[in-house]
Amino acid sequence: MSNLADGVRQVGWEQRMYWRNPASASFTFGFPLVFLVVFMAINGNARIHLGSGTVKFAQYYVPAILGFGLISACYTNLAFTISIRRDMGLLKRTRGTPLHPIAYLGGIVGNVLVVGAILCSLVVATGLIAYDVRWEGRYAALAAVVVVGAFCFSTLGIMVSTFVPNEDAAPAIINFVLFPLLFISGTFGKVADDSVIGRIAAVFPVRALIRGMVAVFDPTIRGSGLRWGDLAMMALWGVIGLVVSLIRFRWEPNR
Amino acid sequence: MTAIEVRGLRKRYGEFEAVRGISFTVEEGEVLAVLGPNGAGKTTTVEILEGYRERDGGECSVLGMDPQQGGAELRRRIGIVLQECGIDRYLTVREILQMHAGYYPHPRDVDEVIALVGLAAKAASRVKQLSGGQQRRLDVGLGLIGDPELLFLDEPTTGFDPSARRQAWDVVRNLTALGKTVLLTTHYMDEAQALADRIIVIAAGEIVAEGTPASLGGRDDAEVRVSFRRPDGVDAAALPVDASIDGDRVVVRARHVTALLHELTGWALQRGIELRELEVTPPSLEDVYLALVGEHATEEPTDATVGGGSR
Repeated sequence: MSNLADGVRQVGWEQRMYWRNPASASFTFGFPLVFLVVFMAINGNARIHLGSGTVKFAQYYVPAILGFGLISACYTNLAFTISIRRDMGLLKRTRGTPLHPIAYLGGIVGNVLVVGAILCSLVVATGLIAYDVRWEGRYAALAAVVVVGAFCFSTLGIMVSTFVPNEDAAPAIINFVLFPLLFISGTFGKVADDSVIGRIAAVFPVRALIRGMVAVFDPTIRGSGLRWGDLAMMALWGVIGLVVSLIRFRWEPNR
Repeated sequence: MTAIEVRGLRKRYGEFEAVRGISFTVEEGEVLAVLGPNGAGKTTTVEILEGYRERDGGECSVLGMDPQQGGAELRRRIGIVLQECGIDRYLTVREILQMHAGYYPHPRDVDEVIALVGLAAKAASRVKQLSGGQQRRLDVGLGLIGDPELLFLDEPTTGFDPSARRQAWDVVRNLTALGKTVLLTTHYMDEAQALADRIIVIAAGEIVAEGTPASLGGRDDAEVRVSFRRPDGVDAAALPVDASIDGDRVVVRARHVTALLHELTGWALQRGIELRELEVTPPSLEDVYLALVGEHATEEPTDATVGGGSR
C-alpha cells in the first residue's frame, strides 16, 4: 500500500466529514464572506491610495479578504481540527492503526487545501463579478502567494494546535493569536508600511500575505506583482511552524 | 504459540513507579484478564504492549515483535480498543468501519463486523447519534476491522449499565469463538470471571495473584462457610464440630464440606433438630480479589492521570 494513495483516500474521508459538520464549514466560510459583504456595503464607494495611484476600495479589500480566506481555511481549520482530534483521542486512535502518520496528516492538510481553493475561488468570483475588481493577469504571482501562504499558514496552524491544552481552550487560543494580527496587518483597511503598527505587523506573516495578495491585484504597479520579500517572510514562518510542530507534535490528549 | 511474553517490565513517571517488574505470558487463543484497581498500572502495561509507551526496563514481545520497534507491521496484526477514546462524529457506523478497513491489508468484511458487534440496526446512523454503549461496541468493531490476531481491550465496559455490559460480553465471547487472543483489562471482578481463561491481579504495579477464575488466590481449596440459625438451647459446646456463634447464627468453617454436612445433619436428625436457614457459601471471587488488593492498597493516582500524560 502506498502512503500517497492512502493520503489521497484520507482526503476523501476528510471531505465527507468536513461538509457534514455545519459548525466548521460555516465558521471557515462565514467569517471571510460576511466581512467581505459587510465592509463592502460600508466602504464600497471609498477610494484607497495604493502604490502610485488610487483605486476603488474593492480593489484593495477583495485581495485582503482572499488572504484572510486562505488563513481561515488553512491556519484556523487545521488548528481546530488537530486540537479537537487530539483532545478527543482521535489522533491516538489513528496512531494505533497501520496507517502511516504522514498519510493521515497529509489527508487532513489536503482537505484544508481543497477547502481553501473553494473559498478563495468564491472570494475572487464575488470580487470580479459583484464588485468589479480588475484582474491584472498575474497568474504566477497569485500561484506563488497562494502556495507559499498555504504552506506557511498550514504549518502555523499545526504549531498552534500543539499549544492548545484541551478542546475548551481551542477557540480562545486560536483566535487570540490570529485576530490582532489580522487587524494590524491591514486585512480590514489599509495600514501604512511606515506607521508604528505597520512596522510591528511587518515581522508577522499575516502582513506578508495581505500585502502580497494586494500586489497581485494592484493596477497601479507594473510588472509580475511578485513581492519576494513577502514570500520569503512567509516561507520563513512556514519553516518555523514546521520545525516547532515536528518537535512538539503529540498524538495523545494532554490529560 | 505464545502471543505475548512479558519479563520484568518496568515503567516510571518521574518519581512514581507505575509498573514494578511485571512478568506474564498470553498464549495464542487465550483470553487473559488483567484485573486491578484504578492506578494499579493496568493501562500503562497495556499501552507499552500496544506500542504507545516506551518501557524503562524488562523485555516484552508481542506476536514475536518488540512493540517499541514493531511499527506498522505490528499494528497490522493487532487490534486496539483504548479507554475513553472518541470516534469521528460525522461519519456513519458503516463509513467509519470502511475508512478503518482501508488502513489494513486484509480487513474483515464491514457488514460482518457490524453484525458481530450488534450494530446492524445502527449501520447507517452517524456516530454522534449512538448511545455510550453503542459507541463502545463500535470501538470494539474498529479494533476488529483489521482482522487482528490479538486484540487489546482496555476496560471495555466501564460506565456501562448492566444490560449494555451483558451485550459487550457477548461480543467478546464471539471473538473467542473466532480463536482470537484477547488481553482485557478491567476492574470488575465479575467481568474477569465471565470472560477470561486466566486472570492476573495487579496492585501498585506488581502482580499479586495469578490463576484461573476458579483457582485464583487459592479459592478452590479455601475454607467454605457453613451457617444456620442457632437452635433453641444449643450452644457451641453442644455441637459435634468446631463452631462459633455469630449473633443468632452458628458458623462453621471447613475445607471438606461433604463430611462436615454429613456430621452436622446426622447430629441434628438424631436429636430431631431442624437446621433452619442452612447456608453453604464458598468464598466469592470478589472476596478473594478484595483480600488480594486490600493487602496492597495505597494512595496512588488513577490510571487516567498516570497513563494519559504526554511525558
